[in-house]
Amino acid sequence: MRVSLIGIVILLFSPVVWSAAKIEHWQTPQGSRVYYVHTEGLPMVDLEVVFDAGSARDGKQYGLAALTSALLDTGAGKWNADDIAQRFESVGASMGAGVSSDMAWLSLRSLTEQPLLDKALDTLQTILAKPSFNEADFKREKNQVLAGLKHREESPGELASVAFYKALYGDHPYGHPGSGFKESVAPLKAEDLRHFYKTYYVAANAIVIIVGDLNREQAEQTAKRLLSGLSTGQKPAPIPEVVMPTQASIQNIKFPSSQTHVVVGEPGTFRGDKDYFSLYVGNHVLGGGGLVSKLFDEIREKRGLAYSASSSLAPLLRKGPFAVGLQTRNDQTPEALSVLNTTLADFINQGPTEAELTASKKNITGGFAMRFDTNKELLNYVSVIGFYGLPLDYLDTFQQNIEQVSVDSIKQAFNSHIDLRILQTVTVGGESASAK
Amino acid sequence: MKKRLMVAALLYLPVLTALAETKVSERLLANGLKVLVKEDHRSPVVVSQVWYKVGSSYEPGGITGISHMLEHMMFKGTDKHPVGEFSKIIAENGGDENAFTGRDYTAYFQTMNKSRLEVSFELEADRMRHLHLLPDELKKELQVVTEERRMRTDDKPRAKMEEYFMAMAYSNSPYKNPVIGWPADIASYTVEDLQAWYQRWYAPNNATLVVVGDVEPEAVFSLAEKYFAELKTSTIEPLKPQTEVEQVGSRQMTVKLPAKLPYIIMGYKVPTLKTAADESEAYALEVLSGVLDGGSSARLSSQLVRGKQIAISASAAYDLSSRLPEMFVLEGTPAEGKSVLALQKALTDQVAQLQSQLISPDELARIKAQVLASAVYERDSMFYQALQLGMMETVGLGWKKVDEYVDKVNQVTAEQVRAVARKYLIEDHLNIAYLEPQALTGHSTPDNNGVAGSSIQGDLHHAR
Repeated sequence: MRVSLIGIVILLFSPVVWSAAKIEHWQTPQGSRVYYVHTEGLPMVDLEVVFDAGSARDGKQYGLAALTSALLDTGAGKWNADDIAQRFESVGASMGAGVSSDMAWLSLRSLTEQPLLDKALDTLQTILAKPSFNEADFKREKNQVLAGLKHREESPGELASVAFYKALYGDHPYGHPGSGFKESVAPLKAEDLRHFYKTYYVAANAIVIIVGDLNREQAEQTAKRLLSGLSTGQKPAPIPEVVMPTQASIQNIKFPSSQTHVVVGEPGTFRGDKDYFSLYVGNHVLGGGGLVSKLFDEIREKRGLAYSASSSLAPLLRKGPFAVGLQTRNDQTPEALSVLNTTLADFINQGPTEAELTASKKNITGGFAMRFDTNKELLNYVSVIGFYGLPLDYLDTFQQNIEQVSVDSIKQAFNSHIDLRILQTVTVGGESASAK
Repeated sequence: MKKRLMVAALLYLPVLTALAETKVSERLLANGLKVLVKEDHRSPVVVSQVWYKVGSSYEPGGITGISHMLEHMMFKGTDKHPVGEFSKIIAENGGDENAFTGRDYTAYFQTMNKSRLEVSFELEADRMRHLHLLPDELKKELQVVTEERRMRTDDKPRAKMEEYFMAMAYSNSPYKNPVIGWPADIASYTVEDLQAWYQRWYAPNNATLVVVGDVEPEAVFSLAEKYFAELKTSTIEPLKPQTEVEQVGSRQMTVKLPAKLPYIIMGYKVPTLKTAADESEAYALEVLSGVLDGGSSARLSSQLVRGKQIAISASAAYDLSSRLPEMFVLEGTPAEGKSVLALQKALTDQVAQLQSQLISPDELARIKAQVLASAVYERDSMFYQALQLGMMETVGLGWKKVDEYVDKVNQVTAEQVRAVARKYLIEDHLNIAYLEPQALTGHSTPDNNGVAGSSIQGDLHHAR
């Protein structure tokens, strides 16, 4: 049977004129926003349902959003965790769920053959509409999270990350790790999760992103079907603005590792910031450009001080972190930190050279098509565009926006966003003297 | 049961439609360079990878990790392009690049706009035969690799435990050595060592060039001729077999490291596609791995993490594409209040069950459905498609094995799975390591008592 089928297959791949993805957008009657991109060539679809229900919505119950998300596929409707897993996996589908600071998402990757997709969609719809949050599953998942929190105490890098976010954000909703702390997770009850779910997993707070080989009508039905069991609810009030640190700080946390992990930074920028493209290109020159950047050159290529040295800019609904990081042998920490700080200060004071700017622009625009040459990557972009309400032509105008960045606009943007007087520095390590 | 099987049958149709289009064009240049091209016209992008048949399993004692060190040095300049220029040129052409080293291969890659493939070829051809190995650059890069080892292994209890475990489990197979190398070896590489290693293995007749993307095969072959054809062929001395001696009794070890959670790794010696007398055994082991750990409905998640709640996490792994005999590995973290020994018993019970009972038709159907679906999903990524071709070719199995995979897994029966469990997952061939956590002494816990949040560093395996 297989052989004869191969013979009659009509080739689906034909060279097509490529353009940036065409994003279609509509709203459901209950107020959910839908974003859809049709891609051809493979009989598969990637989709996500995203809620404004990330760890920034934890309140004081740090870890609540993450635990709620973890419970979703452990029981829904009449199914238990095994039933749910079998329903997806028997049709070759994979389902995921997770949270970041701003978002909670459920994702599905499935083949588009109708009976297979139907089964996967039914299962996801039930998870969305009727999660059980039963006591036995809750206890087990909570124990897993608590064990995970313990495990992370083995990691100097993660310890540094926690201290860094706390230093940047204090009591702001971005100031704690998504998985919480032992003290905040232990007292959580299944009822807390149910309440969180009822508040935030509602149609008015949902967006749906669909990327794959479904036509518009199928996409509309898919979105409608997925959200059909959700109560309408309402969109939660936005989280508060970030309060910037008022002065610089340095924390040195002792840890028995051979390397010291160093993170330096402060709250940087938010999605939709008018200076975003200047900051983006500037960060690319400074430390975001992979194997070619000022930090990589100064720290690694010239001095061999670290394996990785980079800077990152993570725009969120509010000001996300600007972070510069490296790891180095304990006794080299002062030298590495000094090179890091000098490189950063020089960049902020002087900006990039014209040559550096040109090189970065060429890399960014020349590699533009590669940023979303898979369904998954495209889905991630569309998800950000949808969630943060960026213009639908964001991808179409991206290269143009990059081209408009100048040395001056970078200098100006960095000067108004990154204040060297309030840099937060965290180091973790340094306890083991035997490092060599 | 009947219903599940029907679903698997349904699954066959769309997948076939997609898979039938996979077509690889192959060309062997006169100097021995093999060129593989696979068209994928979904985006105006091309992935180019150069694979060398050399990796840590090729290394003799004293210079372990030298393949990885050489991989780093490959970015340090040639006659034509001084230090740092390689990466700058790729970056200015919008490219994304890196390299990675494994036990059986060293590979370099660029992802570019399809119009820039030539840039990648020019640079890769140049460094295949004309690398400059400069003492000052080596001195710095040695520091970088040492930092890399600290980050990946020395400061990660489970990674370090795995290193000790491999060293115990293998008697004479070079798989006993870490890809990144032992610390004393890393500290002692000389320019001469690297020069010799480069001369010995970096030649067109020891390499495969894989290109996947929005390209026409003939055009790629012409371009490959233009840049690679002039490179000289080397005499590649055949590798000594270093075949692992038979293990004659189980081995256990305890690893004591500063950590918070205990951990267990168990590994049975098993054959691979390359080494099995009958290759169906390798596919049967692949299915067996799926029975235990092919998703959340698989036995380890369903029975040990949920059901008995004896583990926080439990996994099974088998790499059928290794060049030398491998281990089938089970590992896990016991749940709070459970011991590693209890988890060990639960894991060996799982093995015993596979030996005594046939897996269910549902399980087999589920795994086959997943394999078929994955074969479609994998084609979403050009990089992954190139990776599969390059890897199969480089370990000596030939790229055609990639296309055979789905069919071969489909032919596996429940009886074959039970047979390999009985034949290979036996106590005398078992190796066990226990991580016994030691206090993280003096670890000054900050007042929020927290160590959580997302890791700042990614974990690309032994990449540059």
